[in-house]
Amino acid sequence: MSEIDEGLRSELQRQGIWVTSMQELYNWGRKNSIWPLQFGLACCAIEMIATAASRYDIARFGGEVFRPSPRQADLMIVAGTVTKKMAPQVVRLYNQMPDPKYVISMGACAISGGPFKTGYNVLKGIDRYIPVDVYIPGCPPRPEALLHAFMELQRKIDSQKLTGSEKATHLDSTQPSEFPVPSFGAHDLEPPANPDVFQPPKIERT
Amino acid sequence: MESLEQIKARAEAAVPGAKIDIVANPGPSQQSSLLIDNEHAVAVAKLLRDDPALRFDFCSNVTGVDWLDRTVKKTVKVKKVVDGVEKDVDETTEEKLPGYLEAVYHFYSMTHKHGPVIIRMRTADRADGARLSSLTPIYRSAEFQEREIFDLYGVRFDGHPDLRRILMWDEFVDYPMRKDYREPDDYEYEPTPHDDVLEKAKQHYSPRPQLDGAENITAQQQ
Repeated sequence: MSEIDEGLRSELQRQGIWVTSMQELYNWGRKNSIWPLQFGLACCAIEMIATAASRYDIARFGGEVFRPSPRQADLMIVAGTVTKKMAPQVVRLYNQMPDPKYVISMGACAISGGPFKTGYNVLKGIDRYIPVDVYIPGCPPRPEALLHAFMELQRKIDSQKLTGSEKATHLDSTQPSEFPVPSFGAHDLEPPANPDVFQPPKIERT
Repeated sequence: MESLEQIKARAEAAVPGAKIDIVANPGPSQQSSLLIDNEHAVAVAKLLRDDPALRFDFCSNVTGVDWLDRTVKKTVKVKKVVDGVEKDVDETTEEKLPGYLEAVYHFYSMTHKHGPVIIRMRTADRADGARLSSLTPIYRSAEFQEREIFDLYGVRFDGHPDLRRILMWDEFVDYPMRKDYREPDDYEYEPTPHDDVLEKAKQHYSPRPQLDGAENITAQQQ
């Protein structure tokens, strides 16, 4: 599965021979048929619905099959405010999705808690418990932004390797595909963040 | 609609022993309210709902208020003899008021198209005595809102059919809308901290590294 020389490929194409690789074919198939999980948490979900409807039409990118079951979904669009009460369920849904799976963190709340960051009841970003592939800022992001994130994700899928040391995480048996579900504590979620997934940024003062 | 004084007189006549005060609100809205004692609250609410002249049949809103312990300063002019001469002297007295929790109900009448009448109930204190009698048996729509007050303020409603937390999880022990609530210290990083967040951020900053004096030399050369 070596990389194909671009010059040779275009030369062959001119002669009517189409050359591809297993990796290209596999990723081409995956990236054009991403099935999102059908769930929304707040106002971002309305924009997600608009993206799926006829005006913006996510079907142009192969992402129109919103599945009501995590067992059939490839992509989780975390659309909206993740409250601390909801966070364990979101992680559990992620764990129930089969590999390969991807996460788009949509909107200020899903990224960082947004305007509710200093509140007692809102998680300060879903990346505390599950790995996120694409972040979209906005409050809420417009459908175009979600489409852009979707295309970024397609680009990411297209560049994933099937073999070698840099192969995709879902093909690496040492990488986890499930993450611990936080439990409800007396004052906060336990633990407040998964240290294997998330480390808060540190300020170096000089 | 009858004035609050008339409603108060009507309720006091109908419910013997009820202690009702009028809490004035001198703001632009002029929405004064009736402060009802805990024991007779259910009877007074039943009267407000069922009295043919009042018929407050719609409980639109139930909310909680937290009042901390506070000291009230009162300045009174007192005539005192100073140096043999009688003078008006300002005398300041401090009164310590213990804190309490409050539930505020807004009632309207769909029948007579009037309202709102606002009633308040106060707990004895902010700890074990934070109990009120539930008005859910009279106004069914108060059920979830009383649960919310229980969840966020910790007021226990006697006679409530299903008093559980409604917004926070059952294992949660704090009452987050109380003024003395402190959220768990989950500070991570804030690019532009200010106010309370700045205070929190300062506690988490690493201390400035010790300077060795070299920075003074560069300053002198310039």
